[in-house]
Amino acid sequence: MAGKLKIRVDQDKCQGHARCKSLAPELFELDEFGNAHETGDGSVPAGLEDKAWLAQSNCPEIAIEVTEE
Amino acid sequence: MSDSASIMPEHPPVTDWINDFDHTDPVWTDDPFPIWEKLRAASPVVHTERFLGCYMPTTYKAVKEIAYDTEHFSSRRVIVRDVRPDITARAPPITSDPPEHKPAKQILLPPFTPDAMKKLEPRVRAICNELIDEFIADGKCDAAARYTKHVPVRAIAHMLGIPEKDGDLFIKWIHGILELGIKDDNALMEAVKEMTGYFAGHLEQRKKNPTDDLISTLMKAKDKDGNPLADEHVLGSLRLLLIAGIDTTWSAIGSSLWHLARTPADRERLVKEPELMPLAVEELLRAYSPVTMAREVMKETTVSGCPVKPGNMVLLSFPAANRDPAMFPDADKVVIDRKENRHAAFGLGIHRCVGSNLARMEMTVAIEEWLKRIPDFRLDPAGKVTWSEGTVRGPRQLPLLFGKAN
Repeated sequence: MAGKLKIRVDQDKCQGHARCKSLAPELFELDEFGNAHETGDGSVPAGLEDKAWLAQSNCPEIAIEVTEE
Repeated sequence: MSDSASIMPEHPPVTDWINDFDHTDPVWTDDPFPIWEKLRAASPVVHTERFLGCYMPTTYKAVKEIAYDTEHFSSRRVIVRDVRPDITARAPPITSDPPEHKPAKQILLPPFTPDAMKKLEPRVRAICNELIDEFIADGKCDAAARYTKHVPVRAIAHMLGIPEKDGDLFIKWIHGILELGIKDDNALMEAVKEMTGYFAGHLEQRKKNPTDDLISTLMKAKDKDGNPLADEHVLGSLRLLLIAGIDTTWSAIGSSLWHLARTPADRERLVKEPELMPLAVEELLRAYSPVTMAREVMKETTVSGCPVKPGNMVLLSFPAANRDPAMFPDADKVVIDRKENRHAAFGLGIHRCVGSNLARMEMTVAIEEWLKRIPDFRLDPAGKVTWSEGTVRGPRQLPLLFGKAN
């Protein structure tokens, strides 16, 4: 069994492409400028792991970190 | 115009692409992809003496290095041209470098968030259907002239609060700035002047009668010290929104329909599996990225190991980066459901296109509404597809026949 996933958006790298929000709306929120941050504490609910990896692998700025706890 | 400076100097045809590239050469305009492959095989950065000296990064990595390096590369000139006159008409934030860039960009970002675009989406769906109503009974159309051009014109006019019927004027100015302006400074200056005058009139009207649109939003915006923006700043940003918001999306929608006209398998798949649209739109953006930007080299440095010297421009080809096989497996194929796709169609780093969410929404809606009404279509063999030249690439004539081929 893989462990629980946690995501984090690096605020210095995010440029607001919003690809993560489009691919995994449950896991990301956008601020008034359209820059992304993780929802809540970044814990990925069971069943949304694939979406977390999909968002990570589409960020043009490599701003999303996914870690296994 | 009769003075000699306004006569378009002809560029000699390119015979040595690696040492003498020219993104305005008709061969490039027609089919740039094999050229980029050749340049990439030669070096991560190539150089031409044309345009008073210009580099081109050919790999995704080299493009990214330059896009991230605002110390050595300035955005004060964002179009590679034959001339480099003194900079008079700025268009913040696209022509801004740090530290001026961030505050100028932050003024423009809130009106272009995905949520803001959702509010505009119903109007864009209606625009698409109004346009299709005009030609669907003919069984054919030039989709570039009748459809793909008008979607962004009407959408940005709606957002700015200017008449949609002035669209032909906008197209004329943009052609003068982005295409003729590469070789003809007078054409560019004339277009900038007319455009500035047009928007100055709208500013004056709103000083008397404020409205609820993007022009008024900009007029009410404050700079980082809390002062209202100078009219010159507002006018520059309005020029930017109009120039950047029309040709680009016109091209992206046009290239998408061009691809779907020639690729029945992808077209049929999108009709059957509309949930693929978000991935498909990103893949079409990757494969047919319309926008090539520019930088000016300010200080000597190296890019991917290649020396780069001041006094030169840089042709920052996001479209070429997006075709780099080191970054994208099967880079020269359209994989309509490509899962991993860090494409750079909207740029990388601080200058990420402010209108990217608008462009995506317009593309998605324009393709969806087209496929709902015209699921089968193909290139008209009696017509000819032509492409725009230079900075923004997309079909400018796109003759299509509707229905299944006999």
